[in-house]
Amino acid sequence: MSLIEFFARHHREIIQATFEHIWLVGMAMVLAIAIGVPLGILVTRRPWLSKPILGGANIAETIPSLALFGFLLPVPWLGGRADRLAIAALTLYALLPIIRNTSAGIAGVEPAVREAARGMGMTNGQILFQVELPLSFSTMLAGIRIATVLTIGIATIAAAVGAGGLGEFIFRGLAMVNDQLILAGAIPAALLALAADSLLSLLEHRLRPVR
Amino acid sequence: MPPHTKPHEVIDPVIEFRDVNFVLGGRHLLNDVTFVIGRGETLVLLGRSGAGKTTALKMINRLLVPNSGEVRVEGRSTLEWNPIALRRRIGYVIQDIGLFPHYTVAQNISLIPRLEGWPAKRVHARVKELLEMVGLHGGKFEHRYPKQLSGGQRQRVGVARALAADPDILLMDEPFGALDPMTRGEIQREFKTIEKRLGKTIVIVTHDVGEALVLGTRIGLMEAGRLAGMYAPREFVHASDPMAAAYMAQLRVYEEARGQK
Repeated sequence: MSLIEFFARHHREIIQATFEHIWLVGMAMVLAIAIGVPLGILVTRRPWLSKPILGGANIAETIPSLALFGFLLPVPWLGGRADRLAIAALTLYALLPIIRNTSAGIAGVEPAVREAARGMGMTNGQILFQVELPLSFSTMLAGIRIATVLTIGIATIAAAVGAGGLGEFIFRGLAMVNDQLILAGAIPAALLALAADSLLSLLEHRLRPVR
Repeated sequence: MPPHTKPHEVIDPVIEFRDVNFVLGGRHLLNDVTFVIGRGETLVLLGRSGAGKTTALKMINRLLVPNSGEVRVEGRSTLEWNPIALRRRIGYVIQDIGLFPHYTVAQNISLIPRLEGWPAKRVHARVKELLEMVGLHGGKFEHRYPKQLSGGQRQRVGVARALAADPDILLMDEPFGALDPMTRGEIQREFKTIEKRLGKTIVIVTHDVGEALVLGTRIGLMEAGRLAGMYAPREFVHASDPMAAAYMAQLRVYEEARGQK
């Protein structure tokens, strides 16, 4: 049976797994942005927090993904359901690029711009929302793009704890020594990553602050 | 002698420094600085890099606060002012201009009027008026971004932005320092006419003695965190202070070079 025939025969399962995958990654990204962007801003406001926050995110990043899923298993509410567990782990992975790029984007705003804003009588909130955030948008988006691509890859491992997604095919294929099954997971995952990457980089370039 | 050479002779004080000291990281950046500026005067703080000129300037709009002594603006210590309210009454121009790169020229200029809630019509009219005043005519500049302007044009927009909400006081930190000499002379002359027309109280920081003589109604000579002297331009030319004399000597070198040609 050729690969194309295999895809044709199992397209329903593959599509369903792809949507599961998108859901896991999407939820994790929403959470990571909701947590990471404020933390990134906080780091620029309280520099002494930079080490613990970035250090913490860095450590999360270095834990092997399979092990991280295992570590989270005994956590009360998270361990109860496989998808919750997977989303929590993926969120942790996505945090570092988002925090880092948010703070780097804000730190990259020209000091003269910030000084002029302050000297003209803008409040801290106005400086943040009207000057600093708009000017760091494309840097932030680059972080979100990196995190998304990373998370799409790691999410295949979520199948190991039964959270579904395209990893299902890969794990099954590995167990059955079936290349077609592995590719049924790997190819859509790779395409998903490529699509997310090009879509987000398009957005990033359109939102570039300086024309 | 003109009436503004001695502090106690200022009739309507707008900015007043009383024994101002400022220490940062163990360095004494300002040392017992005392002076008064009356309404409509242009004080030029002249001195080398690190003399404390910019530090003094930033005390006026409370970007910095004295360690001892006080800075009074319109009769009130800067510490009694709400810093936001104080800064909105004071126009601020810095050497690097700090135009907002994500805003058009019109949006840059109208920022404070918009934050102050001016109606759109009035904002628009004000932008037009200001662009006209700083010599950027014709409406084609309004929708450009700072990146699309030359250095001189950017500096003009910076001045227009500082004047937008019609502040009584204008602070300028080496406003024309980054420009080439030709553009610089041109903008200085234009600014001189704006200065006369608007009658604002202005403080300019510079290390260019020519600029000080052209724009200032008073020249404050600063040296190592101290105010070494306060002169009318006419007095400055003949001042006995060695620093002032050195500045004049430097100016004469240029004049002699020009005379020999």
